[in-house]
Amino acid sequence: MQKLSTYKDLADAYARLKPLMRLREESAQGEITKRELLVCGGTGCQSSRSQELLNNLTAAIKGAGLEDTVTAHITGCFGFCEKGPIVKVFPDDVFYVEVQPDDAKEIVEEHLKKNNLVSRLLYHDPAHAGRTLARQHDMDFYKKQERIALLHCGLINPELIDEYIAAEGYLGLAQCLEKMTPADVVAEIKASGLRGRGGGGFPTGIKWEVAAAQPGPVKYVVCNADEGDPGAFMDRSILEGDPHGIVEGMAIAGYAIGATHGYVYIRAEYPLAIARLQRAVDQAKEVGLLGKNILGSGFDFDLELKYGAGAFVCGEETALLRSIEGGRGEPTSKPPFPAQKGLWGKPTIINNVETLVNVPKILNRGAKWYYSFGSEKSKGTKVFALAGKINNVGLVEVPLGISLHEIIYEIGGGIKDGKQFKAVQTGGPSGGCIPASQIDAKIDYEALTAMGSMMGSGGMIVMDEDNCMVDIAKFYLDFTMEESCGKCTPCRVGNKRLYEMLTDITEGRGTMETLDKLQNLAQVIKDTALCGLGQTAPNPVLSTLKHFHDEYVAHVKDRRCPAGVCTALLDYFITDACIGCGLCKRDCPVSCITGEKREHHSIDTTRCIKCGACANKCPVKAIVRK
Amino acid sequence: MINLTINGIAVEVPEGTTILEAAKKLDINIPTLCHLNLHDFKMVNQGASCRVCVVEVTGRRTLAPACATPVAPGMEVKTHSPRTINARRTVMELILSNHPKNCLTCPKNVNCELQALAAELSIHDIRYTGEMSQHRRDTSSPALVKDMNKCVLCRRCETMCNQVQTVNVLSGLNRGFETVVGPAFNMPLADTACVSCGQCVAVCPTAALSEVDNVAKVWQALNDPDKYVIVQTAPAVRAALGEGFGLPAGTSVTGKMAAALRRFGFKKVFDTDFAADLTIMEEATELLGRLKNNGKLPILTSCCPGWVKFLEHQFSDMLDIPSTCKSPQQMFGAIAKTYLAKKLNVDPSKMVVVSVMPCIAKKFEAGRAEMNQEGNPDVDLVISTRELVKMIREAGLNFDTLPDEDFDDPLGESTGAAVIFGASGGVLEAALRTAYEWATGKTLEKVDFVALRGLQGIKEAEIDVAGTKLKVAVASGLGNARHLLEGIRSGKSQYHAIEIMACPGGCIDGGGQPFHRGDIEILKKRTQALFTEDQNKPLRKSHENPHIKKLYAEFLKEPNSELSHHLLHTKYVKRQKM
Amino acid sequence: MAETQMSADGLKSLARYMDQFEDKESAIIKVLYEAQHIFGYLSNDVMLFIAEKMDIPAAKIFGVVSFYSYFTTTPRGRCQIKACMGTACFVRGSEKVVSEFEKQLNIKRGQTSDDLKYSLDVLRCVGACGLAPVIVVNDKVYGKATAADVSKIINEIQG
Repeated sequence: MQKLSTYKDLADAYARLKPLMRLREESAQGEITKRELLVCGGTGCQSSRSQELLNNLTAAIKGAGLEDTVTAHITGCFGFCEKGPIVKVFPDDVFYVEVQPDDAKEIVEEHLKKNNLVSRLLYHDPAHAGRTLARQHDMDFYKKQERIALLHCGLINPELIDEYIAAEGYLGLAQCLEKMTPADVVAEIKASGLRGRGGGGFPTGIKWEVAAAQPGPVKYVVCNADEGDPGAFMDRSILEGDPHGIVEGMAIAGYAIGATHGYVYIRAEYPLAIARLQRAVDQAKEVGLLGKNILGSGFDFDLELKYGAGAFVCGEETALLRSIEGGRGEPTSKPPFPAQKGLWGKPTIINNVETLVNVPKILNRGAKWYYSFGSEKSKGTKVFALAGKINNVGLVEVPLGISLHEIIYEIGGGIKDGKQFKAVQTGGPSGGCIPASQIDAKIDYEALTAMGSMMGSGGMIVMDEDNCMVDIAKFYLDFTMEESCGKCTPCRVGNKRLYEMLTDITEGRGTMETLDKLQNLAQVIKDTALCGLGQTAPNPVLSTLKHFHDEYVAHVKDRRCPAGVCTALLDYFITDACIGCGLCKRDCPVSCITGEKREHHSIDTTRCIKCGACANKCPVKAIVRK
Repeated sequence: MINLTINGIAVEVPEGTTILEAAKKLDINIPTLCHLNLHDFKMVNQGASCRVCVVEVTGRRTLAPACATPVAPGMEVKTHSPRTINARRTVMELILSNHPKNCLTCPKNVNCELQALAAELSIHDIRYTGEMSQHRRDTSSPALVKDMNKCVLCRRCETMCNQVQTVNVLSGLNRGFETVVGPAFNMPLADTACVSCGQCVAVCPTAALSEVDNVAKVWQALNDPDKYVIVQTAPAVRAALGEGFGLPAGTSVTGKMAAALRRFGFKKVFDTDFAADLTIMEEATELLGRLKNNGKLPILTSCCPGWVKFLEHQFSDMLDIPSTCKSPQQMFGAIAKTYLAKKLNVDPSKMVVVSVMPCIAKKFEAGRAEMNQEGNPDVDLVISTRELVKMIREAGLNFDTLPDEDFDDPLGESTGAAVIFGASGGVLEAALRTAYEWATGKTLEKVDFVALRGLQGIKEAEIDVAGTKLKVAVASGLGNARHLLEGIRSGKSQYHAIEIMACPGGCIDGGGQPFHRGDIEILKKRTQALFTEDQNKPLRKSHENPHIKKLYAEFLKEPNSELSHHLLHTKYVKRQKM
Repeated sequence: MAETQMSADGLKSLARYMDQFEDKESAIIKVLYEAQHIFGYLSNDVMLFIAEKMDIPAAKIFGVVSFYSYFTTTPRGRCQIKACMGTACFVRGSEKVVSEFEKQLNIKRGQTSDDLKYSLDVLRCVGACGLAPVIVVNDKVYGKATAADVSKIINEIQG
């Protein structure tokens, strides 16, 4: 592409490239003469060999002599990770799921050549046995979704700037530079109601306003792409599927606050996201959408990638800044806030990936449009990563204010293997567990906080009856304890002590007094830790103590784990299914199993060392833990 | 100005004031642990990491650290609400849950900030217990002991080592519960570029960093009938020793100190000041020689072993510029074991020279390979001012009622020029008093070079000596020294003579002095005590010291003579930068 | 491994990489990332080399290296087995899979076998929650892994 030096250059480029999207936007009318195949190139699908699938498709298309009328290329995450790899055929609007590399031939032969759908690769509607669904928007998983942040994921090829521009990319930036003052841009973002999508939900426009008001010529825009919540992968998907969206969002932010330099702080463990983003930055520089005098406006903006090297605490703003500066990611006391005194002491705004990718869309379609989505105080949409014991694992984007029930049962397809829904954990290690009784709760920033959890980056881990809530709290504490930067006492020592008490409880050493101590310490850590990580680390403990108190009591009073998870509290039993084969008895290292041949055997639980050898041997699975 | 209320009481303070400072104005004591404000030395340890000083601020969700939270208009602060008291107590229990409880045998017993805080907060029970840190005790250094099991991670040492001293040996390592402060690869201190200045020890609230304790060895020597044990005391000791016995800062206790040492059983009680005068004789001669013969300039003072080691590590390309003079401590030892031993008819191999120093780098210096005569070290044992306090207590002496006694002759005589060695600028001032008279042949009427005095990190002056404008500078604190030396290396700055002391403010703030706990006024008073002592001396120029004259006449012949070079001068070695 | 650790070529290319940065301090993490990429791990010698070249205190370099879990100061195995321990994988039983690896390889998580054949690490979320529990061996992903799959995976990587 030629260098775009003016607003008109970009408008012309858009007009010229727009047809690229034609097949993908219109549904098939009459005879199909041209086709496009989009193959999911997200990390989940790539792990399931989607790149090989794409290669096979390309080869098969060529083999069939269709290369003039059919193209196949990579796109960003469709979100339906449970069913990946996904291939979408345009303009037919057919959505193939769980496609293996070997299936490429059949798709080409049957669908592309003969116009027959490959029904075995279609999505099976769980609601109606035997029925398949070919179109994405007929699936319950997609029906209630509203894709704004994820708009381009599964629509364009993220490696080509042409495709991004064809999908109205960079028009938002161009509009800012051509028609708006920085103050107008800030006002627009404020009016949209957009709030930080990475954690606390601070209003983005206000953050920008504070930074814009700071004097001095040097300011910075930082994109927090160090996604760290285990079980949340929306930022990764956006980076991989819409990297230009981040570049554009940051440039707009830079214009709004008066910054000429931006940094993307990106996890080193995300090599694909790094590669795609770097490519986008290079392309944008090449055509003049980054660099000096962008589109002839006089606005300069440059971007650089900085690697995060595996420290969850660097999701905290001040820690992230120390890390970009090249140091240990240890948070510093606020105030001063980064918007006043940030990177190298200069005013800095830090927005996360999902926040920034919304920005160009808001500028394109207007604050009012964005404001029309969502609940009273939480506007717009939010991407959630649905995972755990749920049928439809994946990324979903929904208007804020939607109910938990809609997400879990309608979009998520309910609990795996027909088990009982117990709780959903939101907000990652900083969040809390919401019990099944709150299933009708509306999901927005305020509601989640009121329930003792938080939005966080939008992880939603579903738990069923087989999950022990004390064990889950311990899992999170183990995480935050490992990830604590070690600077302040409450987090460094306090979280360790919390973890030790939880270990005591799960191993049968807890007492009711332990629960009191747990409660006090969790509260004090929340009250005194230096940064957000420390202050929220006890949330998983506090929320489970509150909502699952009985389960804690069962552990300490009855020395029993109701979910059957805490091994130290479990005993092996032999059920009536026993056929008396004697294999268990032979393998027991402490000879605590008795029973005559072909008769029901039993275990002396007082001598059993719970090694599990018997259960592994039993041919009829008659040995269980309770 | 900002108006706020603390515990319901209105207070007005300037913008930028912290809650802690505002509370202090109202006489409200908010306990702190990690906080340390040494703003005169450009160091404020404000990591707000211990969380002991947390207070309630209306409208704020969490408690705020008073030490690092600036006041805001209309702020309402509660410093001792039940919520803060519970939080503070719990935080303190957490710290103690990972701290050894062997206070009885700890070097910091009754001198420990953590111990005092536990008492202040009435911690009698630790509800939270669990795994404790297990770090290897590092005894590799001849000067200091690092026992990180006692560390509370206040990070003062790290701030001091990096920001103030720029020795850059310490960093936070690891993370989470494993976090520890240590050198690269957590290697032994002796293998690092640590200069043993001891400023980390000076600011450590616990015994995570402490000096190598030589008290037992000194008692052992004194108890050995075969040994002839003598002692020397550095100038800065007398200005601070009294603090160890509750005397006001700045009380000069020279006479009581001499009396105490004599009661320990030292055969002779001498004064390092004598050797300071001797140093001036040698150094002033060297300076004038370099000026006359177009020698290497500037000349750098070499009394401070921390600074010398710093130079050897960080500026190993500039080893030819410092004076070749040994420090007064080492000159004293060399003269004691030759001239004095002969005079007293004592076998030098049986003579034990003990030094009392404000410094812990002196322990390292005494052990340097160059500092001996045929294997017999110039100085055998070095104790700090703090160790002397302990010895006096152990000896059962009532310091207050000790009589004032004099030093012994001949190594007890000194001039005012020597006593000011203990304060930043003093060595250069002393050298100038002598160099001026030697170069001009005239009497220097106004001996006070006030421009060189005070606690500022870098001081400069221009002095007319017989028509030559001498450009001189004084730096204290190694960060300031680095700054000056980088200027010299790049050719940007040109001086004739520079005095450098490793510790901010000079030896009065040495790493072996009683703890000042961030009270800079104490340092100012110690400095004043030395200059007052100088003023009260009948002789104030080193070359006027009659015993020095005698030493040259009887033994050394003249400054920079062959024998002087042999006994009183030294060489420097190149050391690894990291 | 020890011999190749500080190969002259490796050092040369690392030195070239360092030269491109004007502000050395803020480039530390990128440089360490590159160094680990070249040498497989960050030995004391490599860290000292970086410290001297960039004129940054070795203590600071080590402070940074020991802070971030991405960096390793011990040699890793030829087969780097990484188990995702993100929440999605955890609730679907990744703990059992990791324990099985520990048992079969006779090394604990975070360790490398003495013959430098295997190392076993746990990762934070790799973002492939649809495939939970996820095991990554070198760059190959094994999804929906169970304890029963472990011996199969080990056999496959041996082959």
